[in-house]
Amino acid sequence: MATANMEEMEIVYQRPESLLNVTTHYCPGCTHGVAHRLVAEVLDEMGLRERTIGVASVGCSVFAYNYFNFDFVQAPHGRAPAMATGIKRVRPDAIVMTYQGDGDMISIGSGEIVAAAARGENITVIFINNANYGMTGGQMAPTTLPGMKTTSSPNGRDVETMGYPIRASELIATLDGASYVVRRSLHDPKNIRLAKRAIRYAFEAQVRGLGLSLVELLSTCPSNWKMTPLESTRWLEAKMIPYYPLNDFKVHPALAELKI
Amino acid sequence: MSRELWEGNQAMAEACVRAGLQAYFGYPITPQTEVLEYMSARMPELGRAFLQAESELGTINMVYGAACAGVRVMSSTSSPGTSLMMEGMSYIAGTEVPMLLIDVMRGGPGLGNIAPSQGDYNQIVHGGGHGDYHPIVLAPASVQEAVDLLYGFFDIIEKYRAIGILLVDGSLGQMMEPVEMPPMLPLRKEIPEYAVSGAKGRSRRFLSSIDLDPYIEEKTNLRILQRWQEVEKNEIRYRTYYLDDARFAVVGFGSAGRIALSAVRAAREEGIPVGLIRPISLNPFPSQVLEDAAKHLEAMLVVEMNSGMMLNDVQLAVKGSLPVEFYGRIGGVMPFPDEVLEEIRSLAKGPLKNDGLARERWLNKLEKLIQ
Repeated sequence: MATANMEEMEIVYQRPESLLNVTTHYCPGCTHGVAHRLVAEVLDEMGLRERTIGVASVGCSVFAYNYFNFDFVQAPHGRAPAMATGIKRVRPDAIVMTYQGDGDMISIGSGEIVAAAARGENITVIFINNANYGMTGGQMAPTTLPGMKTTSSPNGRDVETMGYPIRASELIATLDGASYVVRRSLHDPKNIRLAKRAIRYAFEAQVRGLGLSLVELLSTCPSNWKMTPLESTRWLEAKMIPYYPLNDFKVHPALAELKI
Repeated sequence: MSRELWEGNQAMAEACVRAGLQAYFGYPITPQTEVLEYMSARMPELGRAFLQAESELGTINMVYGAACAGVRVMSSTSSPGTSLMMEGMSYIAGTEVPMLLIDVMRGGPGLGNIAPSQGDYNQIVHGGGHGDYHPIVLAPASVQEAVDLLYGFFDIIEKYRAIGILLVDGSLGQMMEPVEMPPMLPLRKEIPEYAVSGAKGRSRRFLSSIDLDPYIEEKTNLRILQRWQEVEKNEIRYRTYYLDDARFAVVGFGSAGRIALSAVRAAREEGIPVGLIRPISLNPFPSQVLEDAAKHLEAMLVVEMNSGMMLNDVQLAVKGSLPVEFYGRIGGVMPFPDEVLEEIRSLAKGPLKNDGLARERWLNKLEKLIQ
């Protein structure tokens, strides 16, 4: 057995300083943990941890503050962009991030996110889209796909009576105040790397004061989807991506020139 | 200092600016819109934060964020806007960060009207938002008093990490009166030890109203309650008029108290020994003052611009020790001093009933009056 020479070893993977060394409450196979880690890695790499103030939302990510190692507040359901606005307006040097699920951001909080984006609030929004209300046990969300069964659409989402899903990123991208709006997915390693890159751009937008940046992350919810983690990632790829295409919906010219 | 003529809403805004206000968030609603308009010019001029929010929901959560960031922050609104802010105020109370609100009350319920009212008393004084918390509520009766109360209000709410609400009615917001403005205070530079500001060179801070463990939440509730007991001990405010030789007393707050004072003076000219007790702190309520006064009085008359919301608190305070009558106008109507004078005359003339049915007698009268 070869003995490793410690002096030649290099740490290539470790817990980011921006993440706390704790066990999360997230279900096995849920991609919240992946999204947390990507945000933490980016903040570490950009040296922003000590300047960052996070705004947790209501939903599964209500406990995000337990896992990130920087200052945090926790907003009422849907109101994170307004709370982030209040913080950013009085602490313009802080890096302010909201971390919101789909029910929080585009159902109860649709007014707040649209207004914040229209104002060009210089904040970053990490938007987790798993097509249902995870925390309360898998009810229909504005992002639930047509025909998709949830605990409050037991026969599948009937668009005739329950309406159509909202493509939040496409909607937000129409607003002049938004600087960077993209959709990525967390269902496989390649897409996870692309997601990290997008998160980096989103924080670069904030550092440069370009306006609201938003990264939508298609995420799995194995517990409420009643699938294994593997089935979940396959379902996401097969069902969600066709409805929610992975795309850059808006990229500020100053970011398009940026080489990272 | 010289006295200048100020509109109530603008005067209140300037008083807060001079008290070291660092951030204002608001939304237009009559009859408080002049506060928002005034701030929209004044705050940027001083390099301080101002933003017109998308709604009162947005407003209160911007206030919440700025309060968590540790700055002197406030908003102003009127009754329907206050209702929208109640969710946020409950969160702010649960997070134990200080904020200031001016509620310029108008007629309700619902969209109601834009005339002066005191119909938010129960909502503001007895909570409003969900959960177990107590805002500090002060009610001025003149523009000068509003200015003076606001000038010291930030110190009070910061001391107790509490929500402060200045409860005024539309007439106080809209009327012009001579005011002596206090001097401009310097802005606070230091960041409070609880505030989020970026975890540079220290461990992270977290502010929230969530405690999933009921036993921890119970401790939070207890802490808030203990702090409230200190407020009750230290922050009772009221004014009494002509009480020394009085056999009767009118009790009224804000504009109703001011109208009652005119009636009390007129009654005095008729030889009726009547005084006035004007609670200024509605929460904490000057219950002991009322209880003590009741010992030397034959009867009280509560006058309000609502259906007797403070009446309940007065009745609780005096513990049935004397007859308490009530007179009010509702839905945005202000009583005239003559109406109150007539009630004082009835009080002095007797006979008086200590049966707790003051509201019923008033309703009978009102039904005849407004037919």
